[in-house]
Amino acid sequence: MAIPDCHMSPEYADRMRAMLRAVGETSITAGLILMLFCAYLLWGTGAYTKSQQVRLQHELAARKEIRTAKPGEPVALLRIPRLGSDYEYAVVEGVDAEHLKKGPGHYPDSAMPGQIGNFAVAGHRTTYAAPFNELDELERDDEIILETREARYTYRVTSHDIVEPDEIDVFAPVPGKPDIRPIRAFITLSTCHPEYSAAQRLVVYGVLKDTEPRKE
Amino acid sequence: MYVWLWRKLPGTTRTKVLTAAVLVAVAVAVLWYVVFPLLEPMVTLDEVTVRK
Repeated sequence: MAIPDCHMSPEYADRMRAMLRAVGETSITAGLILMLFCAYLLWGTGAYTKSQQVRLQHELAARKEIRTAKPGEPVALLRIPRLGSDYEYAVVEGVDAEHLKKGPGHYPDSAMPGQIGNFAVAGHRTTYAAPFNELDELERDDEIILETREARYTYRVTSHDIVEPDEIDVFAPVPGKPDIRPIRAFITLSTCHPEYSAAQRLVVYGVLKDTEPRKE
Repeated sequence: MYVWLWRKLPGTTRTKVLTAAVLVAVAVAVLWYVVFPLLEPMVTLDEVTVRK
């Protein structure tokens, strides 16, 4: 097969080659940096959460008096046996980005642990140690435990749901029924859905089944 | 770009490889600890709250 006649001058061909190489190298470099950034999002961000959790859990354990947590302070220790016997996170007060980086965040307007009303929590699913990554694995009657200075509150899972990001009724004192006055203590956990997306929210509901005061 | 860098690196092939490895490590560290934490808040793949 004959090679088509090329009318480029050798200098022009060299310049062209150098330019194409530069474009290629830049693209490969950009691709590698993007991959590294994904790795950072998935695993790098968790380092901050882990260090903050150590601090928050220590703070919870050392707390002497019973009081309301200020934003950024730990509210309670969250345990979900279904997600592992060592599954343990200090829930932090507040749901702004800075709070959620530290661990699952408690909506400041919602009920406190064990209180009549709804204890509403949001947590990351893929970044910042991904505390709520496996929330979809919770089944009906699984236990969600909140431990505070005063007591150990055991909720049981009643159902889960996929909702739009603005359906705030899921956090109403009676989940889904904003006009009704609560007579029981509920818990609502939320995270993003589907995984790696901000399109919807995965929500798990529970109701208080047992309160065990802590003895000193 | 990389060919040009490689030619600029001094010494034998061995030292060139070592210097290149150090340069890569420095670049990765700067990205990981400085650039990425600044970029991260702009990525909203993991929005978890429900609000108006």
